[in-house]
Amino acid sequence: MKLLAEYKYNPTEIVKGYNDRSLKIDISDLAISEKEIPQQMKEKFIGGKGFGLRYLWDAVTPETKWNSPENEIVISSGPVGGITQYPGSGKSLVVSLTPLNDTPMDSNVGGHFGPLLKFAGFDALEIIGKSAKELIVYIDGNENIVKIFESDIDKIDSHELSEELTDRFAADEIDKRNYSIVSTGSAARYSNVAMLNFTFYDVKRQKVRLKQAGRGGIGRVFNDKGLKALVVKYAGVKSDLNNPANIAKINRAGIRIHKEINRFDTAQNNMRKIGTANIIEVMNDYDLLPTHNFKFGAHEDVKYIESKVFIEKYITQDVPDGCWHGCSLSCAKAADDFEIMTGPYKGQKVIVDGPEYENAAALGSNIGIFCPRTILELNFYCDTYGIDTISFGTMVAFAMECYESGIYTKEDTNGLELNFGNIPHTLELIHQIASGEGFGKIVGMGVKYMKKYFIKNFNADPEFMFDIGMEQKGLEYSEYLSKESLAQQGGYGLTNKGPQHDEAWLIFMDMVNNQIPTFEDKAEALHYFPMFRTWFGLVGLCKLPWNDITPQSNATSKEPAKMPEHVQNYVDIYNGVTGKDVTIHDMIKESERVYNFQRIFNIRMGYGKRINDKTPYRSMGPVTEEEYLSRQDRYDKQLEELVGFDVSKSTQEKMKALREYRENQYELLTDAVYKRRGWSKNGVPTIEKLKDLEMDLPELIEVVKEHL
Amino acid sequence: MKILKFEKELCIGCHACEEACSELYFKSSDIKKARLKITEVVDDFNIFSGCNQCGECVNVCPEGALYQAKNGVIRMKKDLCVGCMMCVGYCDDFHYHDDYVEPFKCLSCGACARKCPTGALSMIDVEVSS
Repeated sequence: MKLLAEYKYNPTEIVKGYNDRSLKIDISDLAISEKEIPQQMKEKFIGGKGFGLRYLWDAVTPETKWNSPENEIVISSGPVGGITQYPGSGKSLVVSLTPLNDTPMDSNVGGHFGPLLKFAGFDALEIIGKSAKELIVYIDGNENIVKIFESDIDKIDSHELSEELTDRFAADEIDKRNYSIVSTGSAARYSNVAMLNFTFYDVKRQKVRLKQAGRGGIGRVFNDKGLKALVVKYAGVKSDLNNPANIAKINRAGIRIHKEINRFDTAQNNMRKIGTANIIEVMNDYDLLPTHNFKFGAHEDVKYIESKVFIEKYITQDVPDGCWHGCSLSCAKAADDFEIMTGPYKGQKVIVDGPEYENAAALGSNIGIFCPRTILELNFYCDTYGIDTISFGTMVAFAMECYESGIYTKEDTNGLELNFGNIPHTLELIHQIASGEGFGKIVGMGVKYMKKYFIKNFNADPEFMFDIGMEQKGLEYSEYLSKESLAQQGGYGLTNKGPQHDEAWLIFMDMVNNQIPTFEDKAEALHYFPMFRTWFGLVGLCKLPWNDITPQSNATSKEPAKMPEHVQNYVDIYNGVTGKDVTIHDMIKESERVYNFQRIFNIRMGYGKRINDKTPYRSMGPVTEEEYLSRQDRYDKQLEELVGFDVSKSTQEKMKALREYRENQYELLTDAVYKRRGWSKNGVPTIEKLKDLEMDLPELIEVVKEHL
Repeated sequence: MKILKFEKELCIGCHACEEACSELYFKSSDIKKARLKITEVVDDFNIFSGCNQCGECVNVCPEGALYQAKNGVIRMKKDLCVGCMMCVGYCDDFHYHDDYVEPFKCLSCGACARKCPTGALSMIDVEVSS
């Protein structure tokens, strides 16, 4: 490959989790530079998505669009990122303005890139500019050199591209483990929901594995910039590379949870056998599994895609499946030697990452597909084409409901019949999305785009589009049915980046266990949990080991949903790395700073107020008679008991009354949550709140004062 | 293959075995650095934690750092170990010390047995498992 630029840098020693240095690459003029990270930035933004948001804020203006040259892609792990003793400690956070609505997006991803970048000498990588040539950026953390090449690789999809790059750069088989590659696939040329694949080398399988920065279309930004791939190398990973302040604390916490996982996982969540897909049948049993565009929560055919089917027939067992060193929870499951039946890779035997629960729901029940082979094939193509599986499922489900509602016909799709469960045409659709052809080009732009397109071109009813189009702030809903849990409606709706369950997953606390009955209880949960979960993305951690394994002490805990023993583990490893002496309250405050910063960033970019927190009615209740009737007993009972409504009236009248009640409940919840978070009635962080958080930075005050 | 045999009735808790081991492998008198462990128990027999070379840890290690040597003993390639402690979490016969990144385990060398004054520890021959 032709070398276009190179930059030598001095090695640094990481001190207590930080290099105090970031790398900036402007690919417009191939300028490579390094920046010192000031103490104040560390104090207020911590790392990970905090650093990403801070850098992005400084790079853009309110007029910047996703494809403006000044839009950045920032990748950063965080101060804890890279320790090997505690499961889930190798995450990278990716931040950029999303093509979905030009506001800041963050995505938490496994694979080895972020930690290796840190060990190479940089706490964050900023990429700005655009290149007409296809570029490969290579960071060699052992030689301390950054190189930019013009790509000569014709491979375009991630599974082939990352394998070829690993083969080209690595000296031999042993060396392959020292590389991680970031790339996207062919869909990134056309689709707004394109994502980034981050690799790790699976030394047991001797295969390159892909993990996804799935949400929010950052793959499209990556492709638009002219980036083919980012490659980082660091040989010599060890548990003490962060030069932690107290390694004993980290060792003890790590061994404690490894033992727990060893003893209890099989009886609890079976993460080591099937990962997050263990809950497919659980969600179905509780009527929470999105089915047919979130109309229903269960389906009789779920037995064909329940977790044991994947365990017994597809997913390789007894292989360590951590996406970073030391992850004993081992949820990055894979189907090996899976033969592809359609598309450009027909006949190839590939490795398929997953299915994770979200994929099984998105590529399965939500689009009416109950065939495990098809789910795996769609999973493979989503990954290698660079399509976010969650958005794929939700947008295809929307397109299918519109098709079945007669909004468009096969005359409009050049023959594609998008009924729920149409396997051959769904597979054809994904290939069209990746090649930017036919109806796939429209579907691939996401629900927000399709709503407008269907209204304009097919005379679709705008209200119906708003009601059933499961997106908010441009982002497609992730795969849980929130209709019967007001708290989860808030968990999806009152978020910074859109309806994604990484902020709060409260369905069981709210709907099943009734632990948060009042508005104030729900508001407290919608304060604590989003802030606690934000913290994972600041320091470089995965959420799953927090509550996908339950410690014995939880049985006697006053607040079992918070998993107090594991929270203490996090306090220990955070203090152990950084030398800080923080409590859980301090950690929540650290999160609040970044969370409020992101909220204000949204407002600065034109989103982020109360009007943007409204959600489609499908997330709150039955839009159609069919849905009402499917749960008539439940809805009638609620109308009688909570609204005092005469249920002998017509279904349409009952639906109207239920809708009024539920929409009002959401407004009351919004009031309570804003109050708890220290925001105005319009959802704007108040100056008092910012002062309380020591975040009364002039640039933030300037934005909020216009809206208070 | 030779493995350690522990006869609890004979152990007097003198820790000579741990001293011999930590001295041999780490040039240290700190018995917490031994590849085996004797835990004294009041009013009961002492508890021994060594290694029977069963090899289950080879699959647990995600790095491929553990392997079965020709003589059947499970050994570690230190350069491949990243210090994740998964082996310690999965088997009580793995030990670690905060001074070192890599955990450690009994290598069936017999140094401890040779120092045991009561014969509580001895080396016995067993069939190599694979």
